[in-house]
Amino acid sequence: MNFNATLIGQSITFIFFVWFCMKFVWPPIMSALETRKKQIADGLAAGDRGKHELELAAKKAADSLRDAKAQAAEVIAQAEKRAAQIVEEAKTVAKEEGDRQLAAAQANIGQEANRARESLREQVAALAVAGAEKILRREVNAQTHADLLGQLKAEL
Amino acid sequence: MGARAAPIQNPLKLNLITMASEYASSGEYIKHHLQNLTYGELPAGYERHDGEILSQSLWTFAHGAEEAKAMGFWAINVDSMLFSIGLGVLFLFFFRMAAKKATTGVPAGLQNFVEWIIEFIDSSVRGSFSHKNALVAPLALTVFIWVFLMNAMDLIPVDWLPYAASMAGVPYLKVVPSTDPNVTFGLSLSIFFLVLYYSVKMKGAGGFFSELAFQPFPKFLFPVNLLLEGVGLIAKPISLALRLFGNMYAGEMIFILIALMFGGGWILALFGGALQWAWAVFHILIITLQAFIFMTLTIVYLDMAHAEHH
Repeated sequence: MNFNATLIGQSITFIFFVWFCMKFVWPPIMSALETRKKQIADGLAAGDRGKHELELAAKKAADSLRDAKAQAAEVIAQAEKRAAQIVEEAKTVAKEEGDRQLAAAQANIGQEANRARESLREQVAALAVAGAEKILRREVNAQTHADLLGQLKAEL
Repeated sequence: MGARAAPIQNPLKLNLITMASEYASSGEYIKHHLQNLTYGELPAGYERHDGEILSQSLWTFAHGAEEAKAMGFWAINVDSMLFSIGLGVLFLFFFRMAAKKATTGVPAGLQNFVEWIIEFIDSSVRGSFSHKNALVAPLALTVFIWVFLMNAMDLIPVDWLPYAASMAGVPYLKVVPSTDPNVTFGLSLSIFFLVLYYSVKMKGAGGFFSELAFQPFPKFLFPVNLLLEGVGLIAKPISLALRLFGNMYAGEMIFILIALMFGGGWILALFGGALQWAWAVFHILIITLQAFIFMTLTIVYLDMAHAEHH
């Protein structure tokens, strides 16, 4: 072993290299590593948050779907009820109308029958009067016996 | 005979394989490989390797270990400096490029790789260092990558770069900076001064002294304590540097010994090739492990410097 000034040269070189490394190499790379570490951590946290939000949204969607279904069922039930009611009402109205028309027809028929009976009665009365005239000849004055004839007509 | 004639047509390829046989002895080959390219001043009156006696002092490259020794302290291992600075600049260049382009988005290619290393260092520092200090993590990163790259030079076959250099007229080249104790001690002593600085800064001079003098034995035995703790303190940088140096030096030595086999006929050369491959694979583990140990101990020593004992 032969020591010489190389020892000093090496020490100076070494100190310069360490200084350079400490000033220009280590800090930029370390800061890049730290920043990336932080970015990754942030990214993971954002991912977690997104997942959580997705779960919440899915839950909310399921809730709304259930509500919508319930509402729809309610609407359908109401509609059916209303339809039944309308049919029922229509039936009542139709029945009433039918009854009314039946009653009108019956009244008409009664009137016609009365009228027919009246004309028949008058004809019978005229016939009776004609008959009585024939029997009694002049003895019966139509005007004199009009009361009697009207009474007879009413009895027929 | 055809194979012997070949070096003339293709000198580089064959000489790489028969390199070891070109030296006068195996010992010379090994010595040559373990000699740094040292630049320094030879004193006047020094007798050089070729018998020339210097009339006045001369700044030159050392030729052999004796000349390097004669240059004294004020000489420099040019190869260690060049390779270590080159590798450190390479490391800082790529990491700076990644740092400039660092985005918080999806990392790609280089950035991905750099981030992987930085996170590994950061977790190591967090695991061993329990105080707040912005210096420790970049220091650990520099230590780990730089030491790893310097060790990794060991995986380049031992003759390639020295031979290429000798073709270019450079007599010696030791390519693995961490097999030079100057390099490992340069690192460990810098770290040791940081340990002393933070010890005094965090505990105060008195606190640091009491830590050295008033434990583990009672206060009245403080000379014994001081001796024990002082040895423990001094052992830190020495063991740190010697561990790395020793491992890499031994690994390099084994590569050199294996390379010697290439000059011993084709059967031995084939066997040497297999051994070199196996040792290189095993060495990948060693270079990484030594870089990691150096970094971890650096962190631990600095942590101890920050820790309050009492």
